[in-house]
Amino acid sequence: MSLRTPLGKVRGLGSAKEGTQHFWVQRVSAVALIPLTLWLVAELVCLTGAGRDEVLDFLSSPLQAILMLLLVIAGFYHLKLGIQVILEDYVHGEGAKLVTSLLNTFVCFAGGAVSVFAVLKIAFGG
Amino acid sequence: MATSILHRASGVALGAGALWLAWWLIAAASGDEAFECVQGFSTSPIGMILLFGVTLALMFHLLNGIRHLVWDLGHGFEVKTATTSGWTVIILAVVLALVAWGIGLSMMGAF
Repeated sequence: MSLRTPLGKVRGLGSAKEGTQHFWVQRVSAVALIPLTLWLVAELVCLTGAGRDEVLDFLSSPLQAILMLLLVIAGFYHLKLGIQVILEDYVHGEGAKLVTSLLNTFVCFAGGAVSVFAVLKIAFGG
Repeated sequence: MATSILHRASGVALGAGALWLAWWLIAAASGDEAFECVQGFSTSPIGMILLFGVTLALMFHLLNGIRHLVWDLGHGFEVKTATTSGWTVIILAVVLALVAWGIGLSMMGAF
């Protein structure tokens, strides 16, 4: 006999109430980051020692700008999810967990916003 | 094996690397002075050591991440296979980081 209610079973979210959502989006962003990371390394190696003009020139290409946008969005999202797991595992006490989790979210969103704004500004020629 | 905690440690290091990338991008968008500031830090001895560390963390996290995805698909769980893939990931990460830096430095005319 199962003590789970029919509603709980059909929702399939388990005791954490989030089901496999976190697990899944972590994997989706991970898969996206495989080609994007390889592109970033190749790009940064090519830009070794480059001056600002070369960097601006490079990122004003639509393809490169779009790839950089995808990389920072997938990257900061993946980072937020990963750090969240580490905090949940190692930070004990609800108050500290809440504060560090909020800080993690804010820093990752801020890093993403700064990067996206910078790429768009360069790409649109400002 | 140690690759589990290394995956987390390299992930945290990549967090710093991601903020470094954001700093580099916003500096490039802002102006010559801001860009010189990032470049100055990134090409200083301590900056280059840290950047090599981030490169190593990136290669390891990328390769070990692929290893995790293979596990998610239900393959490679035998102890012998897992040990071999663990060492492969570590060695390959070091090799790829050295190759990336070798190409980068040779482009700057260091060799």
